Order: sequence, then structure tokens, then C-alpha cells
Amino acid sequence: MTTLAPTHPATKPARKNREVDTRPLLWPSIAVLFLWMIVPLAMTLYFSVIRYNLLSPDLTGFVGLENYAFLFDDPALWTSLWNTLVLVGSVLIITVVFGTLFAVLYNQEFPGRGVARLLVIAPFFVMPTVSALVWKNMMMHPVYGLIAWLQSLLGIQPTDWFSNYPMLAVIIIIAWQWVPFAFLILLTAIQSLDTEQKEAARIDGAGPLAMFFYITLPHLSRAISVVIMIETIFLLTIFAEIYVTTAGGPGTATTNLAWLIYSVGLLQFDVGYASAGGIIAVVLANIVAIFLVRTVSRNLQQA
Amino acid sequence: MSDSRQKLWLTILAWTIALLVFFPIFWMALTSFKTETEAISTPPSLFFVPTLDNFTEVFARSNYARFVWNSIAVSFGSTLLALAFAVPAAYAMAFFPTKRTPSILLWMLSTKMMPPVGVLIPIYLLFKNLSLLDTVTGLLIIYTLINLPIVVWMLYTYFKDVPGEILEAGRVDGAKPMQELFLLLIPLAVPGIASTGLLSVILSWNEAFWSLNLASSNGAPLTAFIASFSSPQGLFWAKLSAASLMAIAPILIVGWMSQRQLVSGLTFGAVK
Amino acid sequence: MKLSTLATWVTVSLSSIAAAQATTTVTIGTVNNGDMIIMQKLSSEFEKQNPDIKLDWVVLEENVLRQRITTDIATKSGQFDVATVGIYEVPIWAKQGWLKPLENLPADYDESDLLKTVREGLSYEGKLYAAPFYAESSMLFYRTDLFQKAGLSMPEQPTWENVKEWAAKLTDKAGDVYGICLRGKPGWGENMAFLSSMINTYGGQWFDMKWQPTIDTPEWKAAIGDYVELLNKYGPPGAAANGFNETLTLFANGKCAMWVDATVAAGLLYNPKESKVADKVGFAQAPIAKTPKGSHWLWSWTLAIPLSSDAQEAAQKFVLWATSKSYIQLVGEKDGWTSVPPGTRTSTYENPKYTEVAPFAKPVLEAIETANPTDQTLNPRPYIGIQYVGIPEFQAIGTQVGQSIAAVLSGQMPLEQALKSAQASAARTMRQAGYGK
Repeated sequence: MTTLAPTHPATKPARKNREVDTRPLLWPSIAVLFLWMIVPLAMTLYFSVIRYNLLSPDLTGFVGLENYAFLFDDPALWTSLWNTLVLVGSVLIITVVFGTLFAVLYNQEFPGRGVARLLVIAPFFVMPTVSALVWKNMMMHPVYGLIAWLQSLLGIQPTDWFSNYPMLAVIIIIAWQWVPFAFLILLTAIQSLDTEQKEAARIDGAGPLAMFFYITLPHLSRAISVVIMIETIFLLTIFAEIYVTTAGGPGTATTNLAWLIYSVGLLQFDVGYASAGGIIAVVLANIVAIFLVRTVSRNLQQA
Repeated sequence: MSDSRQKLWLTILAWTIALLVFFPIFWMALTSFKTETEAISTPPSLFFVPTLDNFTEVFARSNYARFVWNSIAVSFGSTLLALAFAVPAAYAMAFFPTKRTPSILLWMLSTKMMPPVGVLIPIYLLFKNLSLLDTVTGLLIIYTLINLPIVVWMLYTYFKDVPGEILEAGRVDGAKPMQELFLLLIPLAVPGIASTGLLSVILSWNEAFWSLNLASSNGAPLTAFIASFSSPQGLFWAKLSAASLMAIAPILIVGWMSQRQLVSGLTFGAVK
Repeated sequence: MKLSTLATWVTVSLSSIAAAQATTTVTIGTVNNGDMIIMQKLSSEFEKQNPDIKLDWVVLEENVLRQRITTDIATKSGQFDVATVGIYEVPIWAKQGWLKPLENLPADYDESDLLKTVREGLSYEGKLYAAPFYAESSMLFYRTDLFQKAGLSMPEQPTWENVKEWAAKLTDKAGDVYGICLRGKPGWGENMAFLSSMINTYGGQWFDMKWQPTIDTPEWKAAIGDYVELLNKYGPPGAAANGFNETLTLFANGKCAMWVDATVAAGLLYNPKESKVADKVGFAQAPIAKTPKGSHWLWSWTLAIPLSSDAQEAAQKFVLWATSKSYIQLVGEKDGWTSVPPGTRTSTYENPKYTEVAPFAKPVLEAIETANPTDQTLNPRPYIGIQYVGIPEFQAIGTQVGQSIAAVLSGQMPLEQALKSAQASAARTMRQAGYGK
């Protein structure tokens, strides 16, 4: 059903006019989330205009916008914004494409389908730290990794993933974890596709490709919007995978905004500077939220 | 191509992909039964005498039971708490929508988009003053808050799909919203609530930033357990694999057992 | 809601029962290095001797631990009663008044037995603020069998020029043997620890007497240029991701012909359980170039007691136990003498049981004793520390510069540009911190 449409005249006419006080139901959630947002935000805002380094407690005082000035002066900021965009964008594309293909594939009847599905969704249950460690040490390691071994069997020079293709490597790991999530949701959606509708299309002489593009894909479009929205929320703040594999490097090749803030806040303990970064991230998050939710919800209403 | 031939190819393709996707987890599980030198040998050793030494060592070095208990308490506790907050809220927004409902939902989701690193120090200081550092309660509160927006949203979309007529028909005259919620809606929406809860449990179980920074021993869940086995001196892959397997096995089993549930409940309102 | 409250209640009551039984709980935060894992294993002996003290271990990987401990101590949160702290932090934190001085030590602890350079590095204004758990310098490890096969011999004091020549001869990529392995993983305690000592011996340094960074100088260019050339031509693939531990694994598995790194590696490489090359490891002093000054570093992992701890007395008991002569004796008996924590006490090096099984004992001692953190560069410098700079800002600067150099190593950035941007960012950080005003 429509997700963010304010009213629903068709299904709930009687409810609309009834006088009900829903405040006690709704307010606890709003109150705790508001506190959760506003208290740290206020503190962060305050820290962002003072000099506050955990390691040098004797340096204090109001500095105005100096932290922000330093931040905007830092070339790493722009790189990190771009990297965030690349990371989120490519993982979204990969997960939606593969999620859709997998959903179509595993919706077919074949022996052992239940078990095969379990195997495909498994990566979603694995802790991000663990999956990053496994990929880094056992799959992509240029000396002991399985990929390197396969390459050497074929007589190819083993790829040094985290030095030469750091961003690609990180994207692969994150996509591996999130494809199953997209798959789960899209499979749910595809199962609700009317078999009669499919039969009718087949009788009309539609081939499998035409079926996919004219029947399945439009049917999935709302589910795809949902996948994009949920994943974006999580991908914007991706951290553990970068922490374990590349630590934002080499150079700033895999530094996203979350990592940049981490590196100034918790590797350099410059709380003032990190707070300025945090504020930038909040502003950005809200822009994305508005933009994204607007587009997604429009898409949801159309379908 | 005949139908059975096509089916054979389909089966092969589907299984090949499934095995490839699952392979890293399988390989990790396999490695946990190897010795350290076998774990890094090239070419990889496929035939070896399995050993339980890694597990013995992992058990000897850390209090696994405490970590698991903390993980269970934190992820299930925070999920129940989030549901307690979210079910009424989602009900109110789904059945008594106002002009502001979309903005409230949007705002709730936006609280999730800020990188947690940005607010760690403020939260750390707050937790210190409230004596919540390194406690299960502290993590429980954090996880409840970070999962609440998603839980509200999932439930909202699920509730919207519940046909109003059913509630209408079953409604006792003069029922208060609370009664309607508990007597009519919740029994109807069990599958949606259950899959929402499952997703929240999975996300909490795997959360690694807050747990590593706010808890170290008494309140630390399995993510901290993993951090004590990653990249130490010497050979560590077999031990790390054993520890990883122990950390993901519970949630993997829960997830697999409830896969059917997840597939039918994770609709996010997108299915009709 | 009810269940979760119940869960909380159960946890709280369980932990309070545990607390009621043992009078004092000491929470120890430590690194998951081999020596510390032995300490954790043997600590049951301490609990037997002190039934009124219960030890609670938080073992984490180095980066996570450092961040946790620093946050805890700097915010005075008191989650740790014993913290594993590096020699870099000790004087800085002592100055901030975050650590409890170790005073009135019992006679059998024998403070004067601690190696002088280490003891001085852990003191601030004449007081000892942390007890050394183990200490290290750096040296050159090499494979005696490969050297013999290639007809090479190792002088007592090799130079970087020698190393370059040998690396070319010893590299056998088809046979999976790389001429040289060095750290590449970015971080002030990882690649920059090694590189700072290399830069020192090339005649460079971090700051001039006015606290201006001197990163884009010819000395840095020469040192980093040689480093990048060595690793790219003769190093293992993926060098930019290798820290100490990763490189140790490579060397222990016979993939490296030479390696310049921490002396603690000696004990691990000589242990046949951990190392495939245990009988083929040779060692020499760390290579030099323009000057011998600062060519090998001084590092120590120490046990310190945060002033925010509420169990300081019990914590001190443990710290003294874990760094005592009798602890070293205990490790020697239970785990073998090659495994004893090195570099802390003269008595260890006078013990024939140790020197017999550890042929590396003497060169390690010599390296530690000659490492001078106060006269470590060719030209005068305003700071102490060989492979680090003893100011709080160094973590930030070291890590940033380390990232830039890793980018050069993996071919993402040209050397010249990397050093320029590193210089600029270091200058920025120093200006922000108020130096040179």
C-alpha cells in the first residue's frame, strides 16, 4: 500500500471522522527519538565551536567557526563526500540488479530450492566485522587468499585488491552482505505476482525476457524503491568494513564521511574538529533523507 | 531445448550461485577446524584431519558464555523495547493519519542517517555520568533507539496493509484505541511484528560500533569477543575463524529457522 | 518491555553476586599480543596468591584497545584499573595527571634492575609512571640459508645500500620468496614507526627547532624513495596492507629473505611452533645510511594505573606481579625461556637459562641499550622519541602522513605530491594546536 501518503480515503473512511486521541500512542516514540536526536546534537553543536581535544585538555576556549574553516580547508572532506557517493551508489546498483536476478531465479521450481535460498541469504546474518575479516584474510589476500591462488593456477599475477582496487574491494564486500537483503525483499515481492497474470501474458506469446521487463520488473518497482531507501540509510554510515580492511586508505582512497569523522575524532581525539564533521554529516543526512524519501514515496504512490 | 533440459540448467545455475555466495562462510567454517599452518597453506588444504584445538583455545581465553548472554540480552531486549514503543506509534499513524504523519516518519528515519562516530564522544560523556558505560542496560537503550525508526516504519507499512474492514467488523462498540490495538490488530499482525522483530534482532546482534566503544567487559557482546581475536601476533586465522563461527552461528541459525517468516513478513508495504 | 527489564535485572543481579564474592575486581585492558596472552593465561597464579582480588580481562586488538583506553582515561571514566599503554603515551599522560605514579615499590621488585633507557622513557619528572611489560628495539632479520645459497654474508652493521643490493639478488618471485618485507600498513605505530627510524638514519627528522614540519625535505624524499623502490621491486604483493603481524606471518612462512622490524619478532621467529624458518633466522643491527643515530627504535608496552581507577591498590599489586622477576621466572618455567617478555630487566639477560636458548638476547639488549630517544637525529630537534614524536598531536600527524605514504606505495599518488600534501597537513595540525606562535 501507499507508504507515505497522508490519507487513505478508499480503505479507511470510517476512521477519518472518528475523534480519537492518538497522542499517548504516538508520543512516547517521538519523545525518545527526539531526545536521542537533540541531546547529542546540541552537545555536538557546542563542541564544534570550541577547542576540545581529549589529548590536550589544557587547550580550551571558544573558537567560533575555526573548526569548520579547518574542515572545509581539508581536501579529505571533498574526497570523502565523493567516496561516500560512489560507495552508496555502486552498492545500491549492484544489490538491486543482483537482488532482482536472484529473486527471479530462486522463485523458479528446482530441486533443493529451500536450501539454496538459505545459502544465498546467509551473508546478511554475518557480522560486518566478521565478513570483512574473512574477505580480507581468506579471499582477497594477495599471498594466501583463495582468489590469488585461483589466479596463480591460471597463470595470472595475483591481484592486490586493497592496494590497487581498494574501493572496488570494499564495494564487493559490502555488496556481498547486502545483496541477500535486497534478494529477501524482492523475493517476497515477486511471490505476490499473480500467476494468472503471468499465464495470461504467456498465452499472449510473451517470451521470458518480455515477461521480465513488462510484467515482473514493473511489479517489483515499489519493492526496489524500498530496498534503495533502507539500504541508503545503512550505507551512508558504513564503517566496520572500512575499519577492518583499508582504514580509509591507501591515502584517502576509501575514506567516506563516517571514516573521516572517526579518524579525526577517535584517532586524533580532536573532538571539536570531529564535531564540526558530525554537524556536516547531519546536514547531509537530512538533505539525503528529504530527497530520497520524496522520490521513493512518489514512486510508491504511482505504483 | 526441452523442458527437463531447461530445468537441469536452471538447477545447476541456481546451485552454483548459491554455493558461490555461501562459499566465504563455508570456507571460514572449514578453516576453524584446521591447524594454523594448514589455514594459510598455499595451495589451500582441502583434506585435513579436523581439530577442535582452536575452539578449546578460544574457550580458554575468553568468557564466551558471558559474551553470548550479553548479545542475547541486548538484541532481544532492545527489540522488545523497540516494539513496545513502535507498535502503538505505528498503529496511530497507520489508522489515524494526519497531515503530519509523513513528515514524522521521514524525520524518524533521518535520525538513522547520522554517522554514530559523530556523536560518540557526547554519548560517551553522558553514559559516564549516568553510570551506563559497560552495562547491558546502556547498550540496550542505544540499540532500542537506533532500531526504533526502522521498526516503526516497517510496522506502519505492515499495518496499512491490514484491511480496515476487518478491524471494523470485529470492533466492539465504544472500544478504546488501546483495546482495539491489543485485541484486534496485534493478533492479526503477528507475522509482520515477528519479522520486524527478527530484523531488529539481526541488526542489533551485528552492530559493532557502539558495542565496541561503550562496553568492554561486563556489558560487552560478541562483537567485542571478535575484536580480541582479530589480527594478533603470529598465526591467527584458524582461531579467528573459530571465534567468528561461534559469534555468527547463533544468529545464522535463528535467521535460517525463520527464513520463511522473513520472506513473508519483510514487505515494507511494497507488496500488493 | 517486561522481558527486557527482567533481562537487565538478571544481568545486574548476576554481576552483583559476582562482585560480592570477590572483594575487589581489577579490570585489565590489554593488547592481544602473544606475551599478553601468556600473561592472561598465567594470571590464575596471581589470583591464587591474592584470593581477595578478581581479575577481569579485556583483550582487544591494538587499534581498538588504544582508542578505548585513551577515551576512558581522558574522560576519567574509570572503566580500566590496569591499562596497557605505550611508552609514547606514558610521559604525555603523566604530565596530564592521568596516571598514578608507581612509588614506594617493594625491595624485591628491584626497580634498578629495569633497563635504564626503558625506565627513563617511562618516567616523568623523576617518577616512574608505568611498569614495562616488555620492550623492544628494531633490527634486521634475514634467512641464513638464502644468504648462503646466494653466496652473501652479513656484516654486523649493514647499510641500506647493502640491503638494496641483496634484496635484488634474493628475490625469487616464482619461488614465492621476496627479497625484503617491510611494514606498509598506515598508522603512526605501524609504517611510520619503521619509517621514522629509516628517515632518522637518512639524516631527516620530523620537526625543526621551531616546530616546523620537515617532511618535504630531500632526506625524507631519499628515505621514502628507497623504501618504495625496495618494496615495489622486491617486496611481497599487498605490502601496503601489512603491519607488524602480517609481515611476521610472511617471514615465519618463509616468504621473506630480509625484514627490518621489532626485536620481539626474534622470540616468535625462533619458536618452531609458530615459525617454519626457526632454524634459518639470522639477525643484524638495523641498517644505517647517513648516520647511525636513530636507526633503531625504542618501544615498550607497559602496564599503568589510571588515576580514575577505583581499585588502585589491587591494580598496583597486579602490575608489580606481572612485571616482576618472579613473573619472568614463571613464564620461563611454564612456557619456555624463549617466550619470556624481553627487554625489561638486566637480570633476564644475565640468566643463562635465557641466553642459552635465545641467541638473539645479546644483540637485542645492545639495540635497546643504544637506542637513545633524546639524541636520535643528525640535526638538533625539539622533541624526544625515535620512531615517534613525544607530543599529543603526533598520533594525528603520524597517521595522516602514514596514509599518504601508503598511497605512494600502492601507486595511487606520486612521491613528491604525497610529501607536499603531508607537509601541508602536518603544518595545519601544528598551527591548529598552537605551535610556533
